[in-house]
Formats: sequence, structure tokens, C-alpha cells
Amino acid sequence: MSEHELKVQEKQSARTHGESTKNETFYAPQVDIYETEKEVIVVADMPGVLPDGVDLSLEDNVLTIQGWREEEKHGGRMVLEEYEPGHYLRRFTVAETIDQEHIEASLADGVLRVRLPKAAPAQPKKIAIKIG
Amino acid sequence: MAFIRFTDRPAFRNPWVEFERIRQGLDELSRSYAEKGKAQIRANVYPPLNIYEETDRMVVTAEIPGVKPEDLDISLEGETLSIQGKRDSRQDDFTISYHRREIESGSFSRALALPVKVDVERISAKLTNGILTVTLMKAAEATPRQIPVSAE
Repeated sequence: MSEHELKVQEKQSARTHGESTKNETFYAPQVDIYETEKEVIVVADMPGVLPDGVDLSLEDNVLTIQGWREEEKHGGRMVLEEYEPGHYLRRFTVAETIDQEHIEASLADGVLRVRLPKAAPAQPKKIAIKIG
Repeated sequence: MAFIRFTDRPAFRNPWVEFERIRQGLDELSRSYAEKGKAQIRANVYPPLNIYEETDRMVVTAEIPGVKPEDLDISLEGETLSIQGKRDSRQDDFTISYHRREIESGSFSRALALPVKVDVERISAKLTNGILTVTLMKAAEATPRQIPVSAE
């Protein structure tokens, strides 16, 4: 493995529809999205979110990923603050037709992994080429 | 202790007073750009840390998603706490095609000078849901002692 040094990535505020009445901060999680033959996989960094705190929805081809995190309670005086905890929110327009019934999600080490299986007709058909 | 800056004095024939006024104006301007008006220090080294000090302990927290506990190495040498680890989110499969790639893979190493002496024997670290919490108990000599006051 090539030893690449991890850099600090600035947390980006997420755009919400309308303003929240509560004074809560939403950040857009960093994501990896990739596609295999059968599914689209979304990987999102959501440290601090418990499995119960994840909200997923797919409506009109818009995938919404939302992660709620419990407020951390720390006593004492804050000596150093380099990051601010917040909830997570991000939306994507999914171009492929997704089989909504079989969406799966798992959460491990603060990383959410959503598997969106493509609906049957969208799977590419192999076209055999005969060289005659 | 009274601390009077040179520039706080009345500006009798001070040729620099106008420059000082401009400087203050610029300071205010740059401060108003800071998010929420909060003085947040930006981390230069991954991972960003939050540190809390309680009377008997120091608590260091960091958001390190995707790092497995076995890939994390925390050590204390003298008064320097070092946090090292790596994250590998790459896929071995070559048949996949990426749409977006924002999560980085790599290693990190951060050293932190602790402001107080800590008890080497009583340090605990846990990693839950991508959040690292290191609790360092202060050494006995650094813990404030309550002194009872008796009336005679």
C-alpha cells in the first residue's frame, strides 16, 4: 500500500430545504459512489451516527441520506476545538432505475454503505459479437 | 495586573494612530468572515481534534471514520500523545466504475503536546462509530486539591 498521508478535509455545510427551526448544523458527508454491473453503491463517512440515526429515502430518483447524531456531552472546559460535530445530509439524483424493494444499508466504523440494486431492465445486456 | 498597550494611550501627536485604526478595521473585517463569529482553529494535521479539560482528566476526541481499531495506534511518550493509523477504502475489484471519489485512503500520524502531566497508568481509548475518545487522567500533582477552610 502506498503510504499516502491523509489530509484534513474541510467539513462542508449541507444545503437543506428551508431553514430548520432548531439551531442544528448539517454537514455534507464525503462520499464514494461506484457502480458495478448489478448495483450502485454509495459509501458515506458519517462518524458518530448510530444505526438508528440513519434515514434513507429514494423518491423521484432523488436519494436522500440523512444521519442524526446524538449530542455528545463533555464536561469541563474546551481547550481545543478543531472540528464541530453535526448531523449529516446529502442528496443525489440517481440516473439508473433502482429496484426500490431491495435497497440495503450497513453501518460500520462510522461509514455508511448503501447498496442500490439496479432494476432488471437496466442491467446491461451482453451483446455477443461474432467475427466471421 | 494592569496591562496598557501603547496604542491604548491617548493619541497625543502619535503619528501611527491612523495606521492603528486601519489595522483594527481590517481585523474586524476578517473576523466577520469567520464562520459564526467563532474562533475555530483549523487543524493542519489529520485528524482534527477536540480537547476538553475536566478537573481530573483530559478528554481528546477525533472523528476518524473507516479506521478499524486494529489499525489505530495510540502512544504516550513523556507528555506527547501520538495518534497513528491508516484507512484503506479502496476497492480491489477492477470491474467497478467510480462516479464520485471523495474519501481518501492513507495513513495519518499526529502528535500532541499535553498541557498537563497525566497518569500513564490510567489512559483509556475507545473507538465507537468512527469517533475516537481518549481519556487521560491527570497525574496526582496536577489535580487541584480542595483545601477546606475552617472558621475559628
